[in-house]
Amino acid sequence: MALLLLGLGCCVLAAAAASALPRSWRVPASAGLGATGCALAFVAAMRVLVTGGVESFSTTRLLPMFGLTLSIDPLGALFIVATSFVGFAACIYCIGYARGELQSRTAMSLLMVFILTLLAVPVASSIVSLMFCWELMALSSMLLILTDQRHSRAARSAALWYGVMTQLGAASILFGLLLLTVHGGGQTFADIRLHSMALSSAVRSFAFFLALLGFASKAGAVPLHVWLPKAHPEAPSPVSALMSSSMVAMGVYGIIRVGGDLLHGGTVWWWVAVAAFGAVSALYGALHATTSTDIKRLLAYSTIDILGLVLIGVGAAGALYDTGHPGVAQLAMMAALLLVVAHAGFKGALFLGAGSIERSTGTRDLDQLGGLIHRMPFTAALFALSACSIMAVPTLSGFSSEWLLLQGLLHGFTDRSTPTLIMMLVGVVALALTGGLTAVAFVKAFGIGFLGQARSPGAANAVDVAPSMKIAMALLVIPSIVIGVVPGLLLPLINRAATTGLATAAPSPVERGTSLVLTQFRGTIEPAALFAGLVLVLLIVWAVNQRLAQRSARRVDAWSCGRDVQTPRMQYTATSFAEPLQRVFADVLRPQSDVEVTHVAESQYYEQSLMYQNRVSDALELHGYRPVIDAALRIGKSARRIQNGSIHRYLAFGFVALLLILVVLA
Amino acid sequence: MKHARHPFSNSPFRSLISKPITDRPGAQPVTIEGVRLRGSLQLRHVDVGSCNGCEVEITSALGPNYDASQFGARLVASPRHADGLLVTGIITRNMAGPLRQTLAALPRPSVIVACGDCAVNGGIFNGASGVASTLDEVVTPDVRIPGCPPHPTAIVQALRSLTGR
Repeated sequence: MALLLLGLGCCVLAAAAASALPRSWRVPASAGLGATGCALAFVAAMRVLVTGGVESFSTTRLLPMFGLTLSIDPLGALFIVATSFVGFAACIYCIGYARGELQSRTAMSLLMVFILTLLAVPVASSIVSLMFCWELMALSSMLLILTDQRHSRAARSAALWYGVMTQLGAASILFGLLLLTVHGGGQTFADIRLHSMALSSAVRSFAFFLALLGFASKAGAVPLHVWLPKAHPEAPSPVSALMSSSMVAMGVYGIIRVGGDLLHGGTVWWWVAVAAFGAVSALYGALHATTSTDIKRLLAYSTIDILGLVLIGVGAAGALYDTGHPGVAQLAMMAALLLVVAHAGFKGALFLGAGSIERSTGTRDLDQLGGLIHRMPFTAALFALSACSIMAVPTLSGFSSEWLLLQGLLHGFTDRSTPTLIMMLVGVVALALTGGLTAVAFVKAFGIGFLGQARSPGAANAVDVAPSMKIAMALLVIPSIVIGVVPGLLLPLINRAATTGLATAAPSPVERGTSLVLTQFRGTIEPAALFAGLVLVLLIVWAVNQRLAQRSARRVDAWSCGRDVQTPRMQYTATSFAEPLQRVFADVLRPQSDVEVTHVAESQYYEQSLMYQNRVSDALELHGYRPVIDAALRIGKSARRIQNGSIHRYLAFGFVALLLILVVLA
Repeated sequence: MKHARHPFSNSPFRSLISKPITDRPGAQPVTIEGVRLRGSLQLRHVDVGSCNGCEVEITSALGPNYDASQFGARLVASPRHADGLLVTGIITRNMAGPLRQTLAALPRPSVIVACGDCAVNGGIFNGASGVASTLDEVVTPDVRIPGCPPHPTAIVQALRSLTGR
């Protein structure tokens, strides 16, 4: 605990340094302190994960009335491990990346506060401490989205959306958690854990669903996701990386903490709701990721997709635990947690990569990029590796964790109750379908962004980024490879976190060792052997290719039917790549397309210009949220009529109100 | 035209890559500048500035009456699939670039067939406005089919001299 507190203290110091030091020192000093804090937190959390103990700390000095209560257990420690790793990389990335607005006092110190709160949320162990850290996290990230607000209208709108959604979510969480304290007992998690079984099941269910709404909105679950694809692209890239890989994971953490730990499982229907959120998010996110052309928006939607898969795993675990299958439940929970950790790595790396692209080309629009593999080969290689990982290419982390999730869901069929069966079936289908859609999205992101020819001068003149940005990206690729090749090394740690989340003491469903071996079922996979095989096959293909080519090959231009010039505009674009899918899923995506034809003045038969527009906006936002917002604005406008600035009228209002009160009271 | 050594001539994978031997009874293997044709010839046709007379005759030569394909010759859609080029017309300014690209895209070694007087020696359009050069100034044809336009039998005869059938 002392080590963790030291880490948190380092983050506070970093924030102070960012606000006090002059401009030239500010970024390296605060980023260095922040990285140190993250490293300390990482070591502290790892120690808890390895030994499995629970350590607490409490003080009444920091928060008035209730004080601050912190407690680190393996579940929280796992989230701290993931967060601190990404936080460390983000700090290092900042050294090369921070320029202009992000270099300012406010932005740098807010970033450090954001990292601090991300590390504090999983250890906060009372309602007040949790809500304090949670709100500080929301507030600091909202202000960080506004970093570039002077130049970007979209950033202002995104921050507004995010602020409203996160406040509604926080209110819901607070109300839900407070319900747990109504029948006596304190507000610390230890008290709630002790007394929660004494509450009536209706109160418990109501409290859980309120908390679920708040946490699910943070985890970007559809239909509460609308803020996410707006906020993540607009934030500076290290912030997007942190938001996407750590902050959304806090939603998952909250659901496990409240449902699994504080309320001891509850009923099957809670978890069916969680898994339903997950399945819808997974499909919706994956579909939108395939049609997005803004690279950061694409990544944001794929976050919704992966978090959806995590929620399916958590839901399956909770439901199987409640129906009396703790072994499979633990397997599903481990899969979900492993996916959270894996996602933190590859999504962090992808967002940092997107930031590097934006920095060197000046755009995030895939249709303006191309050919970057020649201009920034290192970034391209790391981006490709992370993209392979998210596509669940074997021997990378996405594959290991999704394989484990699939095993958990398939063995979940041992339970014969209808809701669980339907849930497993939907989960397996969602996993399969999103796997394919994610592959399309990331083949598009890499193929259009990095291969081919540059589609804009910015992409043509791109220069590779600063070394610290490359190092940070390379750091975040390490978990993809380690979890992918030797997942067995991490599984005892994940298992410890999963048992805390489910409050079981069941033996690990996965054997120790470097490979993945299920103990209770038949299921084995040897990622290290697969990796060796894959490398061997690649070597053979390379050697055969070299032998065949024999170095006597002529290099000529690609055959273009004799056309003299080939322009970059003749290439596939991100939009055209996704067009067939957009057509197939038109009912869900609701694309809007316009064709505008201008004829020449002399004749209707000849066209002067033709404009084609195709836009895929979030259908849920357009048809679900817009009407509500418009209605609220309308009501607000009509209420304005009674407020015309005349003092006489206001006095009359006061008089009438007084009369009414007197009449009512009399 | 300079021909490089066949890139796969020593390859252990030769049998996987090269075309199946289509020697038929009576077929005479023909060797033109290192290309050993075994009864089969795939040509890409390039019209570099023809009056379309030659095209009519080529269509006729490949049609059912003269049927050059029964002797193993046929036209293909891309130089990447071809053993050689079938060139008609005199090189016009607009087609000089595409011809150069087609020649570059052709696998080596390859056969160049000049069909009609314009391709063979410039013909009646030689020196006219818009003409860039004669075919000989760009590449030396291996086979020349004279005539304005050449008769389909002459075309079939020339193709048979290449396929050996």
